[in-house]
Amino acid sequence: MIWFDTILQGVLLGGLYALFAAGLSLVFGVMRLVNLAHGDFIVAAAYLILLMVTMTGMSPFLAVLIAAPAMFAFGWALQTFMLNRVIGDDVLPPLLVTFGLSVVLQNVLLESFSADSQRLPSGPISTASLNLGGINLGVMPLLTFGSAVVVIIALNQIFYRTALGRAFRATSDDPSTASLMGIRPAGIFAIATGIAFVIVTIAALYLGMRSSFDPNIGPARLIYAFEAVIIGGLGSFWGTLAGGVIIGVAQTLGSAVNPEWQILAGHVAFLLVLLVRPRGLFPRAVD
Amino acid sequence: MALLETRNLTARYGDFQALFGVDIVLEAGETISIIGANGAGKTTLMRSICGLLANQPDSIRFDGRAIGRLAADEIMAMGIAMVPEGRKLFASLSVEENLLVGRYGRAIAGHWSLETVYGLFPILKERRHSPATALSGGQQQMVAIGRALMSNPRVLLCDEISLGLAPVVIRDIYRAVPEIKAAGASLIVVEQDIGQALRVADRVYCMMEGRVTLSGTPAEFSREAIHDAYFGAAA
Ligand SMILES: Nc1ncnc2c1ncn2[C@@H]1O[C@H](COP(=O)(O)OP(=O)(O)OP(=O)(O)O)[C@@H](O)[C@H]1O
Ligand SMILES: [Mg+2]
Repeated sequence: MIWFDTILQGVLLGGLYALFAAGLSLVFGVMRLVNLAHGDFIVAAAYLILLMVTMTGMSPFLAVLIAAPAMFAFGWALQTFMLNRVIGDDVLPPLLVTFGLSVVLQNVLLESFSADSQRLPSGPISTASLNLGGINLGVMPLLTFGSAVVVIIALNQIFYRTALGRAFRATSDDPSTASLMGIRPAGIFAIATGIAFVIVTIAALYLGMRSSFDPNIGPARLIYAFEAVIIGGLGSFWGTLAGGVIIGVAQTLGSAVNPEWQILAGHVAFLLVLLVRPRGLFPRAVD
Repeated sequence: MALLETRNLTARYGDFQALFGVDIVLEAGETISIIGANGAGKTTLMRSICGLLANQPDSIRFDGRAIGRLAADEIMAMGIAMVPEGRKLFASLSVEENLLVGRYGRAIAGHWSLETVYGLFPILKERRHSPATALSGGQQQMVAIGRALMSNPRVLLCDEISLGLAPVVIRDIYRAVPEIKAAGASLIVVEQDIGQALRVADRVYCMMEGRVTLSGTPAEFSREAIHDAYFGAAA
């Protein structure tokens, strides 16, 4: 029973990693771009929410609703004015540019907010739990996991049920033929990054409410996100959720054995999956 | 005024010049064919018109507007649709999604819709949920044509739609031409198959090494004239 409980906690933790990863998965799926500053943008969004909360006293949940459209606009602009200029056949320039962004962002956050740990106030919800058949589940982890599932469902709906989603997939297949359909690839990329930044904002909410954060934790979030995307298989949103869950379960199992093994166990699980399934668990058929 | 016209059109790939002053005219309601040997510049001409290659603004005029510098998505939105060489279907989209994406930049009401495209090529309706690339070559060509029609284009560019297909399949595909014309599109058909080009076109242009070497109505063309225009007089 104790193992079952541990695994369940791991599954719920996986929801957080899936939220870290979903935006990365979307952007990679549409334009084959890995944004190395992804984790830092999550941290930056957490500070933005913190700022709104401390200045107005509003609830973090309300702050996310207000921040999300602004973050969409920011992502759109970042793609339009910066990343679209560097993506192309060569994969190196976007990596260099987003790596630079990561460094700059960490320093700006450090200058503005100091290296002190911060936390989003979450009120009584952070300690509330539900008792389901003898197992205690925290409301916050449940909420995180539920949000991750909603985000994944929403992404799948957009991707597979709308004209925008068809344009995403067509552009990903072949941008120049997509332009013959009246699709402007640069505009499609900007919308994809905008959506990714909305998810970044949601991820930031749970990051900030569940644990403390400081300007330097971005790169580690990027790595969890990256591992979740790769485990799941490039281009599959449900795969990304599964990837997050696998890392989450591995981490809680690892820390149950020895608390120092938590992080390591996640990385080992990542390597094991890659050994068995180099293309991840649910790779998209065409690539 | 011609519907679509190129004037002294030149095009280059880096240092390599592929077109040397090409003049073609497409009148409204007309079908013209472009023939020529491999490497003559037919695809380059199509890519220039549809905006995949940038040209001098004034060297291509559509409906009185200079479109030589416009991007492909803007030209498509004006009503020039392309069936590209090699079909270029989207592999992650089903047959029906490939058709639907064809109207992304120009979703206007007109003769062509999913129903009428399925009416034109009934086999596509049966296969509408298959991945587009799981179809036979001829069926894929039908998807590529249907996808271009979905935007109710005013000009349809077809680049070697018969390439690699069996004669019966080619006949099936060309059977669609009258309905396409009746729906109001003017056509530019690039063909290697000279017989097919002469049958379908009101006028024919023959290209060689980036230039138009012969043009006129099919009736005016003798075999020798075509042969010379195709391979050069010395051949
Ligand atoms: N992307 C490219 N880069 C460099 N040169 C090119 C490119 N595409 C075509 N060319 C060259 O331009 C010339 C014209 O090519 P084009 O594809 O327009 O010929 P085509 O008449 O369509 O031939 P085919 O009947 O084989 O399709 C050829 O000499 C070709 O080698
Ligand atoms: Mg060609």
